Amino acid sequence: MTDQIREIIKQHGRMPTDVDSLADDADLFVAGMSSHASVNVMLALENAFDVEFPDEMLTRSTFASITAIRAALEQLSDEAVA
Amino acid sequence: MVGIDLVEIDDVREALRMHGERYLRRIYTEREIAESRGRPERLAERFAAKEAALKALRQADEAIPWRAIEVDGASLRLEGQAAELAGNRELALSVCHEGPVAAAVVVAR
Repeated sequence: MTDQIREIIKQHGRMPTDVDSLADDADLFVAGMSSHASVNVMLALENAFDVEFPDEMLTRSTFASITAIRAALEQLSDEAVA
Repeated sequence: MVGIDLVEIDDVREALRMHGERYLRRIYTEREIAESRGRPERLAERFAAKEAALKALRQADEAIPWRAIEVDGASLRLEGQAAELAGNRELALSVCHEGPVAAAVVVAR
């Protein structure tokens, strides 16, 4: 899942830095992801993982790192199963 | 408090191309969609205004959907937690676009 998230950030995050060199817990906004690029990443993640981020997850921290995105996606898929 | 945001209009174009109606419905209100008439620069100005307002209003990392902040001409209408965060403060908005970028500044006082 982490590789897939990283690939989506690479394609949609319009990052000025090399995404492959970022640590999983690196702050994506500090690394140059704009607020609107984070929307493009969010929508691409929803397509790829067949989920929808609910309003209560629309915080900056949800999309702040690959680790944070993975945790959010795992929470959403757990809720879908439960 | 003051918030500022810049949006690359190409980012909006990509969102429209990739996600179309889903992007519009997720981020913008009916009024904003109607007034923007699908023009990326107008949508970019509105998105910049929403983000600038979030920066002016957020005290921590509160979850606020973009649709809770509506751009109505030169002013902002707030709903839900955005309205709660604003309290009785008044918001002043200024937006513009030039070349590849749209920008917005929001002052809350």
